[in-house]
Amino acid sequence: MTDSACYRLEGIEYSYGGRWRLEIPLLEVMAGEILALIGPTGAGKSTLLRLLHFLEPPSTGRMAFEGREIGYPPPLELRRRVGMIFQRPLMLAGTVRHNIAIGLRFRGESEGGRVEELLRRFDLEALADREARLISGGEMQRVALARALAYEPAVLLLDEPAANLDPGHVRAIERIIREAHELAGLTMVVATHNLAQARRLSQRTAMLSAGRLIEAQPTERLFANPMSQVTADYVYEETLLERPESP
Amino acid sequence: MIQDPQGVWPVVRLTLIVSGAALAISAAIGIPIGTWLGLARFRGRAWVRAVIYTGMGLPPVVVGLAVYLLLSRKGPLGDLGWLFTPAAMVVAQIIIAFPIVAGLTSAALEALDPELSAQVRSVGANARQEALVLLRQARGGLLAALLAAFGGIISEVGAAMLVGGNIEGRTRVLSTAVVLETRRGNFATAMALGGTLLFLAFVINAALLRLNVSPRLRR
Repeated sequence: MTDSACYRLEGIEYSYGGRWRLEIPLLEVMAGEILALIGPTGAGKSTLLRLLHFLEPPSTGRMAFEGREIGYPPPLELRRRVGMIFQRPLMLAGTVRHNIAIGLRFRGESEGGRVEELLRRFDLEALADREARLISGGEMQRVALARALAYEPAVLLLDEPAANLDPGHVRAIERIIREAHELAGLTMVVATHNLAQARRLSQRTAMLSAGRLIEAQPTERLFANPMSQVTADYVYEETLLERPESP
Repeated sequence: MIQDPQGVWPVVRLTLIVSGAALAISAAIGIPIGTWLGLARFRGRAWVRAVIYTGMGLPPVVVGLAVYLLLSRKGPLGDLGWLFTPAAMVVAQIIIAFPIVAGLTSAALEALDPELSAQVRSVGANARQEALVLLRQARGGLLAALLAAFGGIISEVGAAMLVGGNIEGRTRVLSTAVVLETRRGNFATAMALGGTLLFLAFVINAALLRLNVSPRLRR
């Protein structure tokens, strides 16, 4: 992790269909860190990820990426530096191999053995020539991760990357995320309902509730000493941890 | 005509040439416009869509009348000298087929999972790559659009009769030949020609449907 901010969001507000969906007074994502986004359903985690991926423009506020202020629509090369795993990854018509290679093809880059290596690393070799729309949800999750890593983005955004997976696959996905972070120095933002997963993976955690950023702190500090009552209530209820005694 | 199968081939050939050309041109115009309508978000989109969908129900005889007036000697395009030629029939069939191709292409794209577009962009597609990938995902609907348009024009009579004139050896196609033979009271010939028309439509539909199915999904 370096000290420079990969993203800087300031005074961001996002509304859709006349309703306020997200309010981020200030948030920085540091280059090379894993930031976890936690919060109940509807807190705005997925919306924040879409903003970070430049898929939606904020209604107000400023967003900078790698020191550059973002205008909309953002340049293609900027968007191509970011990959995202959606909560419900969708497969394109074609084989698993085709799906993993698609990002490279969009960029006009040769596969150069990268797809084969990812097939091996993600234990997808046996499925390589299967129609991707017919594989299981857990397998799609792995294909989506391989698809995003194939083009070596600088930032990877993950929306509930291990939702609906059995414990064995959760461990495998987390191992791959950690490896990608350690080997490639990827900046990652992981939205998760699983607080134990947030603690296992991230260096810092941001809490969102009802579309508002409540706080962002180093992960262990946030879990041990949340600054906000909203965070404390959520963390202790979700983890069934004993609340620290009030002084 | 039924006793002279040699006489049927030119009619079949012209039917395929006129409707094939009209379909190809309609697809070349209709697919890009349908894609734009299906993917772009702009003010007035609902109105454009309403106009296209209305066009899908255009009565061929009304289209034929409009094209007739345009191409007639005193019409604005009379100098082209296209009236009562296959070119006029192609023009009329394009006007019938284009809204069907555009409207059904747009509907096929709109029927895709709304998240798919964002996910394709997220992998780094530019606007052209995104449209091509989404069209490939919607290719069943796209094919249905082409088949519906082809079915509409190969069997229509009103426009072909008005702007082509059903001239033997020049503008006679299967549908107009059926009308002629019926008027003459040659019902057996008319039925045979109708059967030929149906058979042609079936062969083309079956061939295109076969093309559409991915080998891995084929049962």
